[in-house]
Amino acid sequence: MNAPLALSAAPVAASELDLARIRADFPILRQRVHGKPLVYLDNAASVQKPKAVIDAIGECYGGYYANIHRGVHLLSERSTSAYEGAREKVRAFLNAASVQEIIFTRNATESINLVASSFGSQRIGAGDEIVITGMEHHSNIVPWQLLCERSGATLKVVPFTDAGELILEEYERLLDSGRVKLVAFVHLSNALGTINPVKTLIELAHARGIPVLVDGAQSVPHLAVDVRELDCEFYAFSSHKIYGPSGVGVLYGKKALLEAMPPYQGGGDMIQMVTFEKTEYADLPNKFEAGTPNIAGVIGLGAALDWLNAIGLDAVAAHEHDLLEYATPRLNEIPGLKIMGTARDKAALAAFTMQGIHPHDIGTILDREGVAIRAGHHCAQPVMQRYGVPATARASFAVYNTRDEVDALVAALWKVKELFE
Amino acid sequence: MSDLRDLYQEVILDHNKRPRNFRVLPQPTHKADGVNPLCGDRISVFLDIEDGVIKDIAFQGAGCAISSASASLMTEALKGKPVKDIEHLFEAFHNVVTTDCECPRGLGKLGVLAGVRDYPSRVKCATLAWHAVRAALEQRKEAVATE
Ligand SMILES: Cc1ncc(COP(=O)(O)O)c(C=O)c1O
Repeated sequence: MNAPLALSAAPVAASELDLARIRADFPILRQRVHGKPLVYLDNAASVQKPKAVIDAIGECYGGYYANIHRGVHLLSERSTSAYEGAREKVRAFLNAASVQEIIFTRNATESINLVASSFGSQRIGAGDEIVITGMEHHSNIVPWQLLCERSGATLKVVPFTDAGELILEEYERLLDSGRVKLVAFVHLSNALGTINPVKTLIELAHARGIPVLVDGAQSVPHLAVDVRELDCEFYAFSSHKIYGPSGVGVLYGKKALLEAMPPYQGGGDMIQMVTFEKTEYADLPNKFEAGTPNIAGVIGLGAALDWLNAIGLDAVAAHEHDLLEYATPRLNEIPGLKIMGTARDKAALAAFTMQGIHPHDIGTILDREGVAIRAGHHCAQPVMQRYGVPATARASFAVYNTRDEVDALVAALWKVKELFE
Repeated sequence: MSDLRDLYQEVILDHNKRPRNFRVLPQPTHKADGVNPLCGDRISVFLDIEDGVIKDIAFQGAGCAISSASASLMTEALKGKPVKDIEHLFEAFHNVVTTDCECPRGLGKLGVLAGVRDYPSRVKCATLAWHAVRAALEQRKEAVATE
């Protein structure tokens, strides 16, 4: 059984990427699962790693690994310089003003928790309000709920339309209470694909003197981010979603704010001088990096950024946009399939439901066809509640995906229908 | 496609489409909710127990084909059974969906779920309703999770 061929045959992909070369960089993509070529479309959960990243980590452990910031010996100096070199790469990638504004954490979740703990405990108290949106990942909800419980502040939530776009009038109404001490929102929604108008959202908050944290976990691999242009106070992301290894995250924060904030954790590396009477904290960024960090992981993230920069985020975005434009009408042709999240400004991700077929069943059947997608609530249960569904299926694209893979996805979905007919 | 048919057998697809005993018991002697934290699916089970025998059993909720069909088949299997048999049946059923064992005769139609053993991520779907029944018998108030 085949999809009706109402759509014209696929023209050659419009993008200018050398896809064959890009795919050749990913050893993992060269495999079959359940006897079918792997079609990896679970990139919003975590993306695969190019050889350059795998090699950089291997070279570190195989060639010059030692603890950083404390050795007088050559290996420690080399490791320190590679680690700090990666920090400079992240700075340049975000166009931050200084490497002191780049803090390495474990993941985006920890970056947000750092701000909730440190900035939150210092600046947010009883009667204050924190504004988030209805389309947040749990990692940009729960840390604020915990802070509210500790401090007596309240959480306010900006609603969004059926298409998945924030309602700006409601946002402004919430900002106008005079009690808002922080706004935190997602740049690119993992559950809907919506790209939020962050510049506008930040300006509206700043007009009222309110600082802003942006959850950039999904945005950084798909669109160029310039924190100075955005002028946000904090920007958080994870290495593992931007072709780097897991176990590393980044928090960008404006220097003046970070300097004024108390440490997040205590320990080694984050001190200037310790006596039992009083401890002086280290300067930024070390103040926020207690203990031995994920040294090889950070170096791997640096390699991932080099790799991505060599392709160019504009080319990445154009290619992924082409995949979305190619996929959307083909998905919409499947009777009973409904895409959730149809924002005008949308990334290459399709979350959907199929009439009478649970996303889990879709996921299992697709897996047997070699197609890896995510089925579930995507750690965004309030979004599911908003649409009244327990879960969705989600195909999310990365730079290495092809139109052929979209075809494989669509063909597998027709099989799902056939099986459940 | 053929191996998928082992999982999605006709009986399962049928019970998914037309679940049996899919209703609320107005005054159950026992009830509980089960949630699968992986997907957020939630089902409620209701039992009417008299003199140690399950006189009536029903369920409600939304889930995948495996969890819906398993719940539906379970209600058919348990209706009229003595309460003391439940634990033994659950154990036997659990074995069938997790190991390569022969399906014991006593399980009857429940055996159609044996295909789940080749899909480890789906075992929780198949056992969700059973966990809920167990929680109901223990009179637990909070929703029981599959992990
Ligand atoms: C929008 C968004 N924010 C935050 C996170 C959390 O990322 P991590 O689990 O790497 O901390 C994710 C991951 O799925 C995400 O999609």
